Amino acid sequence: MWEYTDKVREHFLNPRNVGEIQDADAIGEVGSLACGDALKLFLKIDADERIVEAKFQTFGCASAIASSSALTEMLKGKTVAEAERITNKDIAEFLGGLPKEKMHCSVMGQEALEAAIKGWRGEVVEQHDHEGELVCKCFGVTDEQIMRAVQENGLTTVEEVTNFTKAGGGCGDCIGNIQKIIDQALGKIAACEVPEAAPKPLSNVQRMQLVVKTLDEEIRPSLQKDGGDIELIDIEGQTIKVALRGMCTSCPSSQLTLKGFVERTLQEHVEPGITVVEVGA
Amino acid sequence: MNPIYLDNNATTQVDPAVLEAMLPFFTEMYGNPSSMHRFGGQVGKYLVAAREQVAASLGARPDEILFTACGTESDNTAIWSALQSQPEKKHIVTTRVEHPAVLNLVQHLEKRGYEATYLGVDAKGRLDLDELRDSLRKDTALVSVMYANNETGVIFPMEEIASIVKERGILLHTDAVQAVGKLPIDLGKLPVDFLALSGHKLHAPKGIGALYVRKGTPFRPFLRGGHQERGRRAGTENAASIVGLGKACELATVNMHEERTRVMALRDRLEQGLLAAIPDSMVNGDTASRLPNTASIAFKYVEGEAILLLMDGHGICASSGSACTSGSLEPSHVLRAMGVPFTYAHGSIRYSFSRFNTDAEVDLVLREMPPIISRLREMSPFREGQEPGMLKSGCGCS
Repeated sequence: MWEYTDKVREHFLNPRNVGEIQDADAIGEVGSLACGDALKLFLKIDADERIVEAKFQTFGCASAIASSSALTEMLKGKTVAEAERITNKDIAEFLGGLPKEKMHCSVMGQEALEAAIKGWRGEVVEQHDHEGELVCKCFGVTDEQIMRAVQENGLTTVEEVTNFTKAGGGCGDCIGNIQKIIDQALGKIAACEVPEAAPKPLSNVQRMQLVVKTLDEEIRPSLQKDGGDIELIDIEGQTIKVALRGMCTSCPSSQLTLKGFVERTLQEHVEPGITVVEVGA
Repeated sequence: MNPIYLDNNATTQVDPAVLEAMLPFFTEMYGNPSSMHRFGGQVGKYLVAAREQVAASLGARPDEILFTACGTESDNTAIWSALQSQPEKKHIVTTRVEHPAVLNLVQHLEKRGYEATYLGVDAKGRLDLDELRDSLRKDTALVSVMYANNETGVIFPMEEIASIVKERGILLHTDAVQAVGKLPIDLGKLPVDFLALSGHKLHAPKGIGALYVRKGTPFRPFLRGGHQERGRRAGTENAASIVGLGKACELATVNMHEERTRVMALRDRLEQGLLAAIPDSMVNGDTASRLPNTASIAFKYVEGEAILLLMDGHGICASSGSACTSGSLEPSHVLRAMGVPFTYAHGSIRYSFSRFNTDAEVDLVLREMPPIISRLREMSPFREGQEPGMLKSGCGCS
């Protein structure tokens, strides 16, 4: 059982400000049913840009409900400018702390608030349409969301990032990329280290070795997890000829796998000009 | 407030008669059964009797029963034994809905050079026996299929599975931790090679399990050391708990009829009552082939941990297949393997009964559950007609 503070329990059992505001001035919606928690925040904002009413609807666990309740209490009476400064840490602190595995509930509160204010300002907000590149496919978390959680909360490990953002908590394929973002935030690697300057063209041998290594280390394990496999048939210049094996042969999304995953991974790890074609073998 | 304990698939209350049988072994009967003197020797006699009780409840021979420390140890012993006795075979067949005691071990073995096939289940949690048949290979060392599922209670057709697997001469293990004590099992007729059971699921204490190993099946010990259990499981015998497990198995046979009549009636009344009182609820799993004590019920649009905490406020103890309770972020692997929609999976609650439950308890749960669910639904942004569209990516599957 989770060790919730009395304040979390109290806000879960007697949540404040549950419901909708029919003529809300701002609405922020984050999360999804698939991911296990979702929050819809409603705000009434007066002419002086002061939040006069805040209500919520939440699908989720006790700490998600308590975080939503806490957030609405914190918002009432604040100006939009003041509200914008509320961080997920403030929400957790208001509740006397959250179990570390539940910190993502406070992040959800902050994101709903942000979405509501953005919408109120007339900026287009589509649900799930965060800025940045998608890192965690399972929970739809982008690199910018991860970077922000890392910087605002001083996170140093992948496990902490998962606790705060859920990223990496599903299939685990993105753990390496999360580590890279953490390293970047901690200054271990420069943000612009990614080869901006055109790298020297690869020799045929170098390319071949890199292709084999990438197939073995980055691509095959992922395919094998779904019962598939891939075989390298030939390399002609930057054209990589492969054959799909196992489950992949009957998989309706194998073409997607080939272009979206195999080709992109090779472009990323070997060189950008790579094309992958499937050949019968 | 007396708790209403409906989490018997997690663990059970020790039967008072079991406790009574165990107590002398904590006080005057503390001898080591391996000792030559009569002080230890008298303990040995009780272990012989306990082994006979366990064997009798399964239709097995006493020398086919090994005592272990838990169901997990029994599962690990069976799987490692099968692999080590056939070092040339590198393939394991199991299911996607096994208990972690099997699933995590097989996943670990995959990293150590073994290949595994995970059999899927349909929406009701049933296996496809043709898929099992097709999965068997020349180098298949072992098939490990649970007898009954801990989350949904779905029973797998072990006789048909055994006939398919044994026809090919392949070793068969079954994790029967949830089945023993709830279903009659006759190993005289069911040709499995290994069967794992756990004491605390059938009113014996925690920390005692047993493994059935069919006579003639090659065996390699998991724990090596002393000569205990005829060299098959080293370590001084946990005499008190072994005696307790013997007694619990004897009682299980006596109470089997009650389990399949009165306990099942309690379960059915709760299940039907909840489905009738709470709209947008459904049963997870195949009701035609299910443990008599288990009901897994999914409540749409609400989340399991929040349900459990509100139930706890009324003293009702159950468990959930939701992500939030387990510390993982995804709903149970069993419900996901069945393809239970996310709208339901997160709000799945498992009620599991034992012979210690009563009609009055069912009445109380039937009274308290509907307001709990409506309260959470009133808070939820999702409801009939306000369902989120299919998400850009479903959680957990790519």
